[in-house]
Amino acid sequence: MTIETTTTGVLALIAIMALVTLITRFGGVFAMSFVRISPRIESFINTMASSVLIAIVVPMAFSGDAGAVAALSVTAVTMLALRKPLPAIGAGIAAAGLVRYLF
Amino acid sequence: MSVASYAYQIQPHKVRQEFFRLFPISLFVVAFGAAFGLAATQQGLLPLEAMLMSTTVFAGASQFAATDMWGTEVSVLPLIAVVFAINSRHLLMGASLYPMLKDVAPLKRYGLLLFLTDANWAVSAQEYQNGRRNLEVILGGGLVLWLAWLVGTWLGVYFGGVLQNPKSLGLDMVLGCFLLAMALGGKKSPRVLVAWGVAALASLAAWKWLPPHTHVVAGALAGGLIGYFWLDQPQHAEQEEGPA
Repeated sequence: MTIETTTTGVLALIAIMALVTLITRFGGVFAMSFVRISPRIESFINTMASSVLIAIVVPMAFSGDAGAVAALSVTAVTMLALRKPLPAIGAGIAAAGLVRYLF
Repeated sequence: MSVASYAYQIQPHKVRQEFFRLFPISLFVVAFGAAFGLAATQQGLLPLEAMLMSTTVFAGASQFAATDMWGTEVSVLPLIAVVFAINSRHLLMGASLYPMLKDVAPLKRYGLLLFLTDANWAVSAQEYQNGRRNLEVILGGGLVLWLAWLVGTWLGVYFGGVLQNPKSLGLDMVLGCFLLAMALGGKKSPRVLVAWGVAALASLAAWKWLPPHTHVVAGALAGGLIGYFWLDQPQHAEQEEGPA
């Protein structure tokens, strides 16, 4: 099935995208409202929460260029050393810019 | 289980505080919004259509992917599949906030979730791991990110040339660096580190061998399984030994 990108068509496509995204925003919470939260389930969702971050970032490093790798490593080192997010993020972005300028 | 009592009250002053706390990050979101606005108009979307998409969808990566599929016609099922796959991480993000969200009345709960996105979720989830409850950042932080996404889209649509190469400034790495900083700012027990290792391997395997955009969910669920089978002993050992 295809929709032509006329004015109404585009509105329909945007509405579909908005609805699908809304389902993802609501769905996890809606599903959880039927689950009894035992300590085991709580442990699952807590571990999953920090794993989401790792699962986003690690493939980013593997698929990215030298600038991406530099950004993530500098952020990691700065964050572990200073324990402050903003300097860590700033240093990471600067590293990406610098590596891409130099190479 | 106790009777539902919605004890969590959203505090307006904290919402304002979180709005300004994520303001620096939102400046980078403006740059991404501009890149999206430019890409969208280059793919043939009208300025108002691009703005409407950013307003209602508010999920950057999936919007970029959608405009890649744009033409005189758009296939609906592939569009749905791609948008769902890219945004399916929201399902897990929302679920991870459920222990806090269950204490909020349903209408407010789902209202908050309209603003759920990576950056404000990461703050809220990490603070929860460290024993603080913060849903205000979902609302306040979400609002500033949403406004930044709209302003950025608007800039990109009308002044596309402003940021022609955000990559050369490292701006494409803002979200990655932000999320990594959030992860490293949390608790790091042996259990968490093992879960991270499993999550990293699973996400890489999924990225290599499974359909595109499934790696976040695959990695996160794999990491979560470690938590399911390996409970955090020090807190629960004395009172809650035995089957849960």
